[in-house]
Amino acid sequence: MTDIYFNGKFVGTASKGEKFAEDVRKKRRAGLLPSKMNVVYYKEFDEVRINTDSGRLRRPLIVVEKGKSKLTEEHLKKLETGELKWNDLVAKGLLEFIDAEEEENAYIALTENDINEDHTHVEISPSIILGISASLIPFAEHNRGDRVNYGAKMTGQAIGMYASNFLMRADTKANLMIYPQVPLVRTESSDIVGLATHPAGQNLVIAVMPYGGYNMEDALVINRGSVDRGMLRSAYFRIYETDEKKYWGGQEDEIRIPDPTVRGYKSEEDYKRLGEDGIINLENVVTSGDVLIGKISPLRFLGTVEEFMTGIENRRESSVTVRHGEKGIVDKIVISESADGNRLIKVSVRDERIIEIGDKVSSRHGQKGVVGLLVNPEDMPFTESGIIPDILFNTHSIPSRMTMGQLLEMITGKTSSISGEYFDATGFTGVDENYIRETLGKLGFREDGKETLYDGKTGRQYEVLIYTGVAYYQKLDHMVANKIHARSRGPVALLTKQPTEGRAKEGGLRLGEMEKDCIIAHGAAMVLKERFDSDKYMVAVCENCGFIAMNDRTKNKLVCSLCSESKISWVEMSYAFKLMLEELKSLLIYPRVEVGEHRNPG
Amino acid sequence: MIDLPKSILEKAEKIFEEKKIPQHKREKILENLKNAYKLYVYEPGEAIGIVSAQSISEPATQMTMRSYHVAGSAGIRVTLGLPRLMEIFDARRTPTTPMMVIYLDKQYQTKEKAREVAARIKEVRIREMVTDDVIDLLNSQLELKIDLKKAVLFNLDKEKIIDNLKKNTKDVTIKSHEDKILVSPKKEDTSIREMQKLKSKILDMHLYGIKGIQQVVVKREGDEWVLNTLGSNVKKVMAVEGVDGARTETNDIHEVAKTLGIEAARFVIIKEASKTLEEQGLEVDIRHIMLVADAMTATGKIQAIGRYGVAGSKGSVLARAAFEETIKHLTAASIRGRKDRFNGAIENVMVGKLVPIGTGMFDLTMKADENEKEENSKSKESK
Repeated sequence: MTDIYFNGKFVGTASKGEKFAEDVRKKRRAGLLPSKMNVVYYKEFDEVRINTDSGRLRRPLIVVEKGKSKLTEEHLKKLETGELKWNDLVAKGLLEFIDAEEEENAYIALTENDINEDHTHVEISPSIILGISASLIPFAEHNRGDRVNYGAKMTGQAIGMYASNFLMRADTKANLMIYPQVPLVRTESSDIVGLATHPAGQNLVIAVMPYGGYNMEDALVINRGSVDRGMLRSAYFRIYETDEKKYWGGQEDEIRIPDPTVRGYKSEEDYKRLGEDGIINLENVVTSGDVLIGKISPLRFLGTVEEFMTGIENRRESSVTVRHGEKGIVDKIVISESADGNRLIKVSVRDERIIEIGDKVSSRHGQKGVVGLLVNPEDMPFTESGIIPDILFNTHSIPSRMTMGQLLEMITGKTSSISGEYFDATGFTGVDENYIRETLGKLGFREDGKETLYDGKTGRQYEVLIYTGVAYYQKLDHMVANKIHARSRGPVALLTKQPTEGRAKEGGLRLGEMEKDCIIAHGAAMVLKERFDSDKYMVAVCENCGFIAMNDRTKNKLVCSLCSESKISWVEMSYAFKLMLEELKSLLIYPRVEVGEHRNPG
Repeated sequence: MIDLPKSILEKAEKIFEEKKIPQHKREKILENLKNAYKLYVYEPGEAIGIVSAQSISEPATQMTMRSYHVAGSAGIRVTLGLPRLMEIFDARRTPTTPMMVIYLDKQYQTKEKAREVAARIKEVRIREMVTDDVIDLLNSQLELKIDLKKAVLFNLDKEKIIDNLKKNTKDVTIKSHEDKILVSPKKEDTSIREMQKLKSKILDMHLYGIKGIQQVVVKREGDEWVLNTLGSNVKKVMAVEGVDGARTETNDIHEVAKTLGIEAARFVIIKEASKTLEEQGLEVDIRHIMLVADAMTATGKIQAIGRYGVAGSKGSVLARAAFEETIKHLTAASIRGRKDRFNGAIENVMVGKLVPIGTGMFDLTMKADENEKEENSKSKESK
């Protein structure tokens, strides 16, 4: 007897489990049972499980019966004319959605030609095994699997047309490509996904060759002429927002140009560009630290009663300024109301990002790289017909990674850009390589995609033929402008007096535990001392009790609060250690500092 | 000046005699040798501990977590790579795969004799002699069917097995019935659980051979017959007739320390660690491993590298507190009124003092009065 479970609950038994599951399926296909129901028979447990609950991943397949696909040419024709719709096919039992469990009972053919007597289903298209991002990769079946994976990951980071209403939106951070193009080499799913209306890259002329070592290790040499014409250019939007918060006691923020009496007042110069309402005007060029929205808030801690009553200096400056390391032009201003009913101001700052050395760029085949050099167009290699490539891509990136898809995309793109037609390069079913080569030949190019190139500097012909073509390149959301960082002096953390951490806080670069070990291993004690001097501090220590003494400013004398008369000396230590001594005291541990002889120069 | 070690001098002397090198040349060669040797000697103040740690751990990071690799043709699966290295330096009580390499005496250098020794060494448990075991709940007794043919191979018969059982069990009556042994507890109405406990206890009982040796493989190594075992018991194996005890090896560090002493354990640590690294194709200078082994065995007992071992027995309170278990060390130090003398590197880094290592180790000092004298003499001269 086979046990039957419905959504995990035991409901009854059947004499023949396998047949029972088959019957359920038949009834589902006939429309007698809901199409969202899935059934599976487990041989090893001899039980049938029927699931109708939410959260199961299901995918559509064409039903096969007696070695024949139930979806015929006739249906396809009707689909084209619009007589039939997807849902009709599901209702008729030609298509069905199968979940992961029911898949265990299915035998799925990849294409219609593969079908034999045993098959139960056939894939709608073999490329359906790929996910959304992976299905956008042309000639994916010619690439090694991991490269497809990397490529799919990186398409997600590409800068493009992220939304067609971008002018109306107020995203905190947004990147927008200035002149995106539709890929010449497309896939079936790129139309479905909407890549035509939301493109995320440009079709660029690529020459596969090294160039003076400037495209070593996945770097790319790019043509400055193309950059000047707007290649891979993007805009970066950032929204700064603030609202007039209301506080306890009837106090509230005020958005306006602060008065000089306000605590933390910057200078008249800083507020000069604000309008009467305290908000900066449109199209102002701003850099980090500039005030965008002038604002004053009540004090966090109230001072003495007198101070409070007089009303002088009982407000503090809390203007919104441009973030550290960022710049731009004020793009739009939105005045609205927050969820709490406060007045809300949003200022969008736009920054034009011209591609520069260090920006990350990638093709659709997991071939990422950073820009290594911008070359003037006159120094770039050129072809017989005078075409100057946009990108010089190093030959060494190909053999170990085996991204044949990229090479195919390049000649397909080349053919496309001359013949003017788009090519379909969907995984497993795309355009035939031989056809592309023939067409390329007919258009007057070498069928192997190679071309004679001339050195731009000397005008001499290169001794070898160079593979050139057109590939779709993406600018990725990793730009140096967002990452460049250096510090010599700068802010320190309040608690430890050590340098702050992170680029946004103008922080230092930490010399960590392992780096410390390396310096010790070299025996470079002085270097180590210098490195860790960032929180150097002089502490007055009582030699009698070992406690930290205090400096009596009125008498201009060092005194120990425990001992009445004792010798007190200055000791150099890291502020972090001094902090630790004090924290130990709060734990009722009494750390004594024993002052010995001065041993080494500090 | 550094003198050349004895072993190098002896070697040089030997080569001089062989090549018949004249006396005046010998002196020159020895001097060059001395200079070359000097380059390999650590200078005072060099942080050899950290250099060793880095020299071992850098290649160790390259080791993958592969531990399924099968060593040689012996057919015994061994823990290799990083897991094994961790086992050695953590000084685990027993290795995951304890192993011995047993060398044999000259008169046992044939395949048959080697097999004979192997049979004597391998542990046999009652389980292996039993073909069928039944718990008879009605009569509350355990029926064990003995494979008599197999027993003969190990010089055993039913009586011997029964004797052995009687010696090692309490409160049971043991009877013989045809080819079966019947065991029943003296206590009335024993529960099923107790019966099952009794069964597994009896089945695991040692019968013959050496305890702990689960598997023995006879192997030809060069022109010699060698036994490789899974499981280790140095003390007993060394006493077995035909075994060359002086050359017999094990990978169980603690066992060696117990039976042969700490020096031998140090040697095993060095050998095992360098073998593990070598197997993975990594080159680490043996002196780094020797230093680690020295640190692990310096106290006379084996100490692990870590919180409960070498790192936990550091002199400085602050250095220990900075490593692991901060609170434990700080409270213990405050209760006992410990002092930190700031001799180590870590403590000094913490307070921002100069580290007494490398260039930070030295001070320039001079006596004030002698200085004066010199100055006086200088001023006289100038006059």
